[in-house]
Amino acid sequence: MKPFTHDIDWHETVIHIQDLYKSFGDNHVLQGVHLDLHRGENIVVLGRSGTGKSVLIKIIAGLLKPDSGTVRVLGQDVDQLDTAGLRDLRLKLGFCFQHGALYDSMTVCENLAFPLKRNEPGMTRAERDRRIDLVLEAVGLAHTKNQMPAELSGGQRKRIGIARTLILRPEIMLYDEPTAGLDPITCTEINNLINEVQGRFKTSSIIITHDLTCAKATGDNIAVMKEGRFIRQGNFNEVFSDGDELIREFYDYNFIQ
Amino acid sequence: MGSAEQPGKPVISKGVDRFFSDVHEIFRFISRFFKEVFLPPFELREFIRQCFYVGNKSLMLISLTGFITGLVFTKQSRPSLAEFGATSWLPSLISIAIIRALAPLVTALICAGKVGSSIGAELASMKVTEQIDAMEVSAINPFKYLVVTRIMATTICLPLLMCYTGIIGLAGAFLDVHLNEQTSVQTFIQNAFTNISFLDLGASLVKALVYGFTIGVVSCYQGFHATQGTQGVGKAANVSVVISMFLIFIEEVLIVQLVNAIR
Repeated sequence: MKPFTHDIDWHETVIHIQDLYKSFGDNHVLQGVHLDLHRGENIVVLGRSGTGKSVLIKIIAGLLKPDSGTVRVLGQDVDQLDTAGLRDLRLKLGFCFQHGALYDSMTVCENLAFPLKRNEPGMTRAERDRRIDLVLEAVGLAHTKNQMPAELSGGQRKRIGIARTLILRPEIMLYDEPTAGLDPITCTEINNLINEVQGRFKTSSIIITHDLTCAKATGDNIAVMKEGRFIRQGNFNEVFSDGDELIREFYDYNFIQ
Repeated sequence: MGSAEQPGKPVISKGVDRFFSDVHEIFRFISRFFKEVFLPPFELREFIRQCFYVGNKSLMLISLTGFITGLVFTKQSRPSLAEFGATSWLPSLISIAIIRALAPLVTALICAGKVGSSIGAELASMKVTEQIDAMEVSAINPFKYLVVTRIMATTICLPLLMCYTGIIGLAGAFLDVHLNEQTSVQTFIQNAFTNISFLDLGASLVKALVYGFTIGVVSCYQGFHATQGTQGVGKAANVSVVISMFLIFIEEVLIVQLVNAIR
């Protein structure tokens, strides 16, 4: 049986992105993106709305096709994979959507059981229940098991979204704006949860956000994106001690907010 | 969807481009359905759930409409036949009208309105709230789970619902004939089916299959390709009904022509 956590080789590059370009008509969203994510690392991609952050992780997950460039995830070129290869890769990738994207016709328990039933059909009901309880306990929402998504708060939906992702035991987590639209206390809870997930399940993560507090709390490294390319990469202090005007503006804006 | 638009290109040309691009996408969608429908895993539970929804959503309306159609059609036809002293032909005339045309058409139009709009809105809502993407990244095939099951459900349920509409319509016709001519059930049935051939029954079943497939494909396609957030949900529901009804009428004309050529 596959272990719930993964062995760490800190030097292994789990995501390698090089010269990535993507346009929608005349809108050049990504213009030569380079990024390396190492095993066990959390990288925060920080940038204003519309800079191409979400497009980047959708390309990593194979939801969008790049115009050119290389996206290698766990040693496999995403663009070259066939349907079966992409399916296998996605089992190792967890994607947390901005609004949770929970299946609103299913209860929380059914939301969690659904990917398991489809991807691990041999699993017994008892095993499945155990796995559901484990991830619900990990996100601190064991009591919501029989609730419908409509009955949950925004923060709870995001937590269940993370639980649904964790249930397939991914090696890499992709978070799309995990704290967007949440109050500061819930934001802190989500930030702590992201760090707990990294520590407990030994995942590597890319966190897309425009929230500096989230970036500081969760990122081992930060990549600042502007107009489809990274203008600065490094840890929080390296990036924000820099005198670059745009970065200062970003910092001041978040501070004022 | 959506062809690459070149700046400065005439509007008509852009429209034509978009039309052919959409037609191409729809054919790709249909060919993907035929490819995936025969490949495991077969989502039997979801298919049965969808069949239940298709039947459940339209049964009440179909019962009412079918019965009233049969009843009113008989009432409207009586004076014309009475002029020639031919009211005894009513069961035969009504059964031909119901089985050949009214039952498949009424059933399809009601299902396009009730089921088509519901499928279009449901899938569009799932699309704009990223639930379909969530399935995709969970290594679940959303096309197989959402689209194939719904198209199969509408295609298989429409003929069954059509048979039900036919029976209910004939019951409505019988009520009127019985009240006016005191005809017994046996005589009514005997007269009703005198001029009905297997070709009529077969053609109606084929029509219902085609209409069901059309409703399923159109509404799933509109829902699966919805854009523009919540506005797109309403649009998908609306367009699903309009296009389904439009195609159903075109198919009706074509199938009638074909059956008449065979007859």
